[in-house]
Formats: sequence, structure tokens, C-alpha cells
Amino acid sequence: MRQVAGRSVSYVLLFLAAVAIAFPFLWMVLTSLKPENEIVSFPPTLWPDTFTLSAYHDVWSRIPFMQYLKNTVLFAGGVTLVSLLLDSLAAYAFGRLQFRGKNLLFVLVLVALMIPVQVTMIPLFIMLNKFGWINTWIGLILPRATNAFGIFMLRQFFIGLPKELDESARIDGCSEFRIYWNIILPLAKPALASLALFHVMYNWNDLLWPLIMTNNNTLRTLPAGLALFMGQHVVEYGVLTAGASLALAPLVIAFLMAQKYFIQGIAFTGIK
Amino acid sequence: MHAKRGKWFLGQEKTALYFLLPSFLVLGLFVFWPIINSFILSFYNWNLFDAMHPFVGLGNYRALMQDERFWNSVRQTGYYTLLSVPLGIVLSLLLAVLINLPLRGMTFFKAIYFLPVISSFAVIAIIWSFLLDPDIGLISHYFQEWGIPVKDWLRNPVWAMPAVIMVAVWKNIGFNMVIFLAGLQEIPESVYEASKLDGAGPVRRFWSVTLPMLRHTLLFVVIISIISSFQVFDQVYVMTRGGPVFKTETIVYFIYHYGFEELDMGYASSASALLFVVVLLITLLQLRIFKFNETN
Repeated sequence: MRQVAGRSVSYVLLFLAAVAIAFPFLWMVLTSLKPENEIVSFPPTLWPDTFTLSAYHDVWSRIPFMQYLKNTVLFAGGVTLVSLLLDSLAAYAFGRLQFRGKNLLFVLVLVALMIPVQVTMIPLFIMLNKFGWINTWIGLILPRATNAFGIFMLRQFFIGLPKELDESARIDGCSEFRIYWNIILPLAKPALASLALFHVMYNWNDLLWPLIMTNNNTLRTLPAGLALFMGQHVVEYGVLTAGASLALAPLVIAFLMAQKYFIQGIAFTGIK
Repeated sequence: MHAKRGKWFLGQEKTALYFLLPSFLVLGLFVFWPIINSFILSFYNWNLFDAMHPFVGLGNYRALMQDERFWNSVRQTGYYTLLSVPLGIVLSLLLAVLINLPLRGMTFFKAIYFLPVISSFAVIAIIWSFLLDPDIGLISHYFQEWGIPVKDWLRNPVWAMPAVIMVAVWKNIGFNMVIFLAGLQEIPESVYEASKLDGAGPVRRFWSVTLPMLRHTLLFVVIISIISSFQVFDQVYVMTRGGPVFKTETIVYFIYHYGFEELDMGYASSASALLFVVVLLITLLQLRIFKFNETN
């Protein structure tokens, strides 16, 4: 009897928390389906009287949404691909090779892990401005081409793989790069998947870096573009809720399909 | 044969160099050089549009120490930290304990709680500004119906920061929950069995078993929460731009304002150098505590 009561209390609490957490998403999607005059009518309501897709129609012309979306995909995708390659190369050296100065270099990676991006952004901006790289793909992507967290995470994974794997390959005369590419990387697929999602999420969602590195719409990503649009046209509720729904949808869908890898990546930050 | 073995297992310096070079070039040029530079910059009067950048020694730091706006941003960041860290931890720990129960449907709840974590803070902050809007805001409307007499949350000097904090707690609860959950799952079942035999109820078990066993994770979450609350920017930028009357201006927003709106980059760098030192000290403290815990 007591157990049943306890279980009911738990479910009620879990349900209330779920409602509180999901509510803004629910409101966002429902509002994006309302006609503009209904959004601003008083008192505000959750459920639309009439459903319309007009905001989803307008978002493409009111905001350069297609441009922002394309930029976000290229930025997040570009950083993820390059960083996975560079992170895993460095992690291979730290996890599988023996060389002098390894500990010292690894401490440098840990130091890089501790440096907040907000602290480096001003000198970085000045330097990239000098290179003429503001508002260029190379300026946006190259500074993110490797990630201390990624190196650290993959190194932990590589160290855990059995030594015999590459020893026999070495005896067969395999080059180090072949061992890395053909033996270690395929085994590291789950770790690489988690790291890839981490990179995609981090860059897809980032505001500050795209905000300072772009000065017009040609390279601006969704978070920066929508935030700036809101600053200028705060009353376009329908267009902005539709834009926000579309901007969040890809990650939400990816999350629902690959929940395990997302959560593993986050949980790893807790293990280190 | 022996020489060859030596080559494989001791001296792989040359191979390692090829593997490490790309990453270290990037880290060197875009992380280490800028961090050194941010200290150098802080000694100069460095405006992006000026041709000359005169050396001013500690001038920026002296000005910073007398800048009421800077101290305000330190106070607001402190206020944010003091409220958001405990609140976020208590709520996420509660959810983690509930999610860890052997009940059905937990994957569903976990997915819901994690939705804000994967969402762009800038994008979801737009939605929150609408929800707290005095005219169209449904949450502001509900709050009024429940007898909370605040109407325009984000333009109210007293209530703007609590609103920003509420949104931050909402956003990060799932993140902390996942870390707590990993910690909870490492507690062996046998410990619970033993305390059940002693007749301890669920609440007693939480205080006498779960919490002490979880102290490592708890400390970790406290420290990363503090570090990340020193770096708050996105939701402030979208929801309030630091206002009203600087009541939500955090340190990073202050740095952004001077660096990228006033373009007074030397002055902004002196603030970011101080921020770096503080974050570094907290991180080193964290490393010390965890080393200490491991050796015990």
C-alpha cells in the first residue's frame, strides 16, 4: 500500500516537472500555428482557435531563413568533420603511442580545456581581423578545428582498447596511419558518434562566436540571425516562433533518434 | 630485432609529431596565443578603429577597479550564481533520484527533461521573452492569475534577474540530472539493501546513503555550475541586453559590450583577464579537491 502511494507521488512529481519543462516548446509550436491577430489577442491562450501555416510560409521571406539554415549546417557540419579528424589524430598519439614529452603535451591539452572561450574572443577577433578572416568560412571554422574536450574524450576511449590490436598489425608491417584509420577508428565508432553529436550541438547552438565573427547575413547562423532579427522586429511573434521551431527541430529529431549517444557525451563530462 | 622493438615501443616521436601537429597548430594559434595576448592587450589602450594603441601599463585595471559598471556586473554575476546554482542542483538532484527509480516510462521523462539541454539557448530565450511578455506572455498571464503581481518581468529592475535565472535553471536541469544519474547508478544496490534491513524509509535512505555516496558527483556539479554561471551571456543578450538599468548585466556581457560595441578592446581585455584568473583558480581548486578525494 505504502509502495503504491510512493509510486503515485513519484509519477505526479515526474509529470509536473515534464509539463513545466516541455511547456515553452509546446507554446512555441502552438503559437507558430496561430494567425498573428490571435497571438496578440487578450487574454493569451495556449490552444489556437484556428490553425494556419502562414507563419511557416512567411518565415522564408521575412527572415533570410534559408541562408541562415544553410550557414548553420555548413558551420556545424564543417567544424564537426574537421574536429573529429584532428581530435582523433591527437588522441591516437596520446592514447596509443609512446614518445618523449607526452605528459607535458597532454597537460597543455588539459590547460586548453580550462580556458573559457569568452576570454580568448577579443584577441582572437583582432587576429582574425588582421588576417582578413572576419565573415569568411575559414575564420569561422578553423579556430574550432580541434577541441581539447574532444582530444581528452577520445584519448580515454583509445587507452581502453587492448594493446594486442595494433601490435599484431605492426608486426605485419602496417603503417601507424593505417592502424589508426583501419583498426582504431572503426572500434571507436560509439565514442566518435557521441563526440560528433557534441560538436554538432555545440556549434549549431552557439551564439557568441557566430555573432562576433559575422557582420552580415551571408555567413550568419540561425541563433545569431534570429537573435538579431528579434532585436529589430520584436513584434513579429508568428514568424519568430515558426523560425525558432524550425531552428530547433533538426537537433530535437536527431536527439530523439540517437538519445543514447547524446546522453553519453554529456555524461562523459561528469566522469572526467 | 631488438632495435626494431625499441623503435616501436619507445621512440615513436616522429610518428607522434605527425599525429599531433595539426591539433597543436590550431590550439597554439587559436587558444594559447590569444590567451597570452589577452593579458598583453589589457596593458594597452586598444581601440579597433584607432591607428595608435598606446601602452598604459596597469591603467585599464585601475580604471576597472573604479568602474561602478564593472562592479555592478560582478554583483549581478554573483547574484545569478548564488541563486541559480543551489536551485538548479536541488531540482536536478530531485529529478535524478526520481528518474532512477525502477519504474516504467523513465526513458520518456528523461527525453523530455533533456530537450532544453540540446536546444540553442539563444533561440529558446526568444521563446521565453515572449512567454514573459506583459501583453502576449502566457506565463506572465498565468503568474498574474496565481496572484504574482509582476507584469513586465524583463523590464522590471527587481524581477528581470530572477526571470533570467529561472530560464537558466529550466535550461540546465537536464544536464545536471544526467550527471547525477551517472553518479546514482554507481552506488551499489547492496548499500541500499543494508539500510532497508535497518528499517530506513526512502527519505532517511536519501540523506544517510544516497547523499554521502554522491558527494563526489555533487561537488563536481557545484563547481562546473559555478564556472558556467560566470560565463553567462546568451540568454542575457537575447532577453534583456543587460537591462533594465544594468540589472542583468553579467561580466561576460560587460566584456562583450566594451569589446564589440564600444570597441574598447584593451579595457574589455582587462576584465576578461580577471575573469580568466578567477575561473582558473576555481578549476585548480576543483583539481586539488578531486586529487585529494582520490588519494583518500
